[in-house]
Amino acid sequence: MADDATPVTIRFTLDGREVEANKGEMLIAAAERSGTYIPRFCYHPRMEPVGVCRMCLVEVEGPRGTTLMPSCYIAPSDGMVVRTDSEKVKKAQDGVLEFLLANHPLDCPVCDKGGECPLQDQTLAYGPGESRFIEEKRHFEKPVPISDLVLLDRERCIQCSRCTRFAAEVAGEAQIAFSGRGDLVEVAPFPTEPFTSHFSGNTVQICPVGALTAKPYRFAARPWDLDQAESTCTGCSVGCRVAVQSSQDRLTRVLGVDGEVSHGWLCDKGRFGFEAVTGAHDADSEPGRVTTPMLKKNGELVPVTWSEALSAAAAALSTAGSAVGVIGGAQFTNEGAYAWVKLAKGIIGTDSVDAQLDDGLPASLVFGLPAATILDLDTANAVLTITGDLSEELPVLFLRLREAAHRGTPIVQIHQHPDSVTSIAHSALAVRSGDTDAVVRMLCGDDVQAAQLRNHPEGLSFDPAALEAAKAALPHGGKGLVVIVGRENLAEDGTLTAAAAKRIAGAFPEATFLVGLRRANVRGALDLGLTPGFLPGRVTLAEGQSRYAGTWATTPSATGLSTVEQLRALATGAAGAPSVLVLLGSDPLTDLPDGALAAAGLAKATTTIVVSGHHTATTAQADIVLPVTVANERTGTTTNVEGRVSVLAPAVAAPGQAWSDWTIATALADALGADLGLETVDAFAAEIAALAPSHRGLSAQLLAGASGDGIIIPVGSSPIHGAQPLDPTAFPGVKAVPARPLGTEQASLPEGAPASGGAALLAAIPEAVSVPGPDGYALRLTVQRRLYDGGATVTNSPSLAPLVDGATVKVHPSALDRLGVASGTVVRLRSAAAHLDLPAISDKTVIKGTAVLSFNHATADHAGNAAASLIDASAVVTDVRMETR
Amino acid sequence: MSHFSPALRAKAEATVALYPKKRSALIPLCHLAQGQDGYLTEAAMVEIGELCEVTAAEVRGTATFYDMLHTDPVGKYVVGICTNIACMLAGGDDLLEHAEQRLGCAVGGTTTDGLFTLEETECLADCDIAPCVQVNHRFVRTTTPEALDALLDELAAGGRVDEIPSHGTLIRVERTVGLQVPKDVIAEERAAAGAAQAARMEGSK
Repeated sequence: MADDATPVTIRFTLDGREVEANKGEMLIAAAERSGTYIPRFCYHPRMEPVGVCRMCLVEVEGPRGTTLMPSCYIAPSDGMVVRTDSEKVKKAQDGVLEFLLANHPLDCPVCDKGGECPLQDQTLAYGPGESRFIEEKRHFEKPVPISDLVLLDRERCIQCSRCTRFAAEVAGEAQIAFSGRGDLVEVAPFPTEPFTSHFSGNTVQICPVGALTAKPYRFAARPWDLDQAESTCTGCSVGCRVAVQSSQDRLTRVLGVDGEVSHGWLCDKGRFGFEAVTGAHDADSEPGRVTTPMLKKNGELVPVTWSEALSAAAAALSTAGSAVGVIGGAQFTNEGAYAWVKLAKGIIGTDSVDAQLDDGLPASLVFGLPAATILDLDTANAVLTITGDLSEELPVLFLRLREAAHRGTPIVQIHQHPDSVTSIAHSALAVRSGDTDAVVRMLCGDDVQAAQLRNHPEGLSFDPAALEAAKAALPHGGKGLVVIVGRENLAEDGTLTAAAAKRIAGAFPEATFLVGLRRANVRGALDLGLTPGFLPGRVTLAEGQSRYAGTWATTPSATGLSTVEQLRALATGAAGAPSVLVLLGSDPLTDLPDGALAAAGLAKATTTIVVSGHHTATTAQADIVLPVTVANERTGTTTNVEGRVSVLAPAVAAPGQAWSDWTIATALADALGADLGLETVDAFAAEIAALAPSHRGLSAQLLAGASGDGIIIPVGSSPIHGAQPLDPTAFPGVKAVPARPLGTEQASLPEGAPASGGAALLAAIPEAVSVPGPDGYALRLTVQRRLYDGGATVTNSPSLAPLVDGATVKVHPSALDRLGVASGTVVRLRSAAAHLDLPAISDKTVIKGTAVLSFNHATADHAGNAAASLIDASAVVTDVRMETR
Repeated sequence: MSHFSPALRAKAEATVALYPKKRSALIPLCHLAQGQDGYLTEAAMVEIGELCEVTAAEVRGTATFYDMLHTDPVGKYVVGICTNIACMLAGGDDLLEHAEQRLGCAVGGTTTDGLFTLEETECLADCDIAPCVQVNHRFVRTTTPEALDALLDELAAGGRVDEIPSHGTLIRVERTVGLQVPKDVIAEERAAAGAAQAARMEGSK
């Protein structure tokens, strides 16, 4: 498939015309590309063909006359003569549809798919018009849940197997399968093993009938009443292309749109998280949105007007001078991020600005590593991953990686606990927290490390044969090697991962990197300077001073404090501590790995100003709360994990008095007696393109021309691809979206733009980090992110909130044996910082000497983020002792 | 903890090892499990999934496709009566109706004593002795209501154990797998069953 570098063109005759097909392309796809649409149900362009529905039969000339063949299952050959419009084909289509409808209820008026149903549409276009079937139809109990989010009306199913193939082939979790035979066939999960996939919503979207429906959309709307905005999902930093549909200013559903990033797939958090914005259609409670500015008066937050809140904020900021810390902004738009950077660095004059909450990687690493794109996974020789569970953190990137693995690309994984990637890995190296860099050294040929790792009281954590296999799989010099690097463990210092990534970049000079930072627009926030030491455009303070001197009132002269440094300075009362904290859509009390530090730091701030779309633990303690627009209410752009800028379109109006991120910055600048000099989102975008070297040449026209796929910055670094119009049967429900014509355009690099990332920036990353030796009595802690956690999106979505697990600690069975307790027993974990009581689960896949916890899950007596209470941000790794209570 | 007995587990692992792809052993393993429990329990399907490296949903999907694999409990003896055209002309429908009344359960049901499950089958390829009847997938050549009654009485009294194993499909798998049962044992069993049947035929003349 991927190996045919030179496309071979095949010529065949389609309905009397000469048509070209690519080698390996199926007839149905070649015909569609040439403008002849052949009806279909089971065929989906992003899945392997099966030829089960027989709707796509065409007439093919052969030595013994013409025969009917499924066009989704035959590849054209040179000289083939095909008819799609003959009497014979028409009769076949009539027959297939009559058979399908024999067992299909005609309940379209009450069916959610009615109005956008491929079966309805194709029956009208290709069907016989009348049925001879007068017998009793099938009846089933309806609906039956096949997952927590998906319901099945069995009598509507036409057995196309799209959903079961999606589960097995795309998601890699065949938790649903056909059971039974004949007209009693039904899609079913195993009774004791529910369909728990993070991707279950896709089965609803690709169902060509109304058999599968999503709980959040069932009976919520009729498709012809829906308005659509084509936008980009901001649930995580993959940036999937979406069609956001709404009715009467309420979001009703989100659909995936085919594009080169996401291939049309979405994770369930991206698909159903919209409930956190305007609420579920049938829920009694409203999502916990902040709808008015609030000010703390007599110890209580009370609603106030914008002008009162802004004056209070301006007064606090004026008193503080430049002793201001800014934390967050990774959920903002690019324009909002730039506005806040201009306010913080260009007017207030502080460089203590950080979009990351100690859960990411240094900006100098992100900018310094040679960048890979998601499309590079399609042609990579090998992929190396050192990151958290991709199906939990960047779910659709996991699907793309799975595609690569399926094509035979070897995946080498270094992990602290087996996860979704382990199941597709060519070789997986299990390492204890703190040992990642040592294993990377071994991978790069430094065997001195082996002895050190073998000396661990519990022995080597991985199979030496796997290391040899991994070494063999990695291409020499890193040619065609894509490295996905992220924070696997929030209980260890991120510098460890950064040092390992730097080492890989040194050992494999031709390798390219995807830095798997998770927050929606964290990449855009870093690019635009929401990080200490940088100004917009990935330029250092020193380099940027002259660039911004003319337009900005000032620029900081010294590198400021990171999130942890700000909070630590506040907590200890150190010199240089900020007195006012501005939190941009961030919730450190829940989201900072070191929970105690967040609490101590925030308590010491003179004034805390929180710009937030939702009520959180942090807004409850704030002095001033400013309501901001969130996903699907915003105009602007966002940047994904690979540096791809794509468009955000508003689908609904913001509730109450919420303002957009950049508007608040502009108004606050006004209140401070200054002026950002920009008054529209387009003006912000234009100034970014004019000043930030990374964004040079980026324009609204360019983005509009690239349709939904966006543009990878710097402009010109990656070609812009076209796409075919969306197949209405593959993406039912998505109203027509503009498509760029097929063909690849290589935009030229605009003058003045940097050629590529600045490798010199890597000098700021340490060569190695000293890790304390293992304590024979302690377990080393690995804390990992989960898709469903205590964050605002999940907790405010009635459909997703029940999917959040309670916190548990997973340990190797031997650790429980030593303690003499059974799996499930509540134990006490004691770290240097605190202790936590939670159930211990025996799991033989946990590395001996390690304890695995989920981030931002609650325990019985610790609401919110239980794991954060154990983590000390100043420690390189976290050791805990497990005790009986 | 294995749901299979240690011996069966060993047999199952040996069966999986016979195939280049583990999932190819799925149906033989279903038969082995059914031989142990009478039907495919959920625990057995989960274990088969682990052995064949497929999901339990796929095991269940495959098992529910085949009539000879049961995912619900069945009686000790599964009585199948054919009602396809040759048997229908020879009174298969009447025989089935008689069986329903005699056993007191509808087609697909099991008697309250857990002894018999009644099934209506498609052609069993033994049309010369229509209507065709099988017990635990062994032909019993019983064509009249009276003969069926006698057979059921005999089975209920514990007769014919030599000819009809408690779960007939198990033996088939062991034959199919080939390596599990020595050829002389197969020959002995076959001879014994043949002799028992011949003796009965002699008696009925």
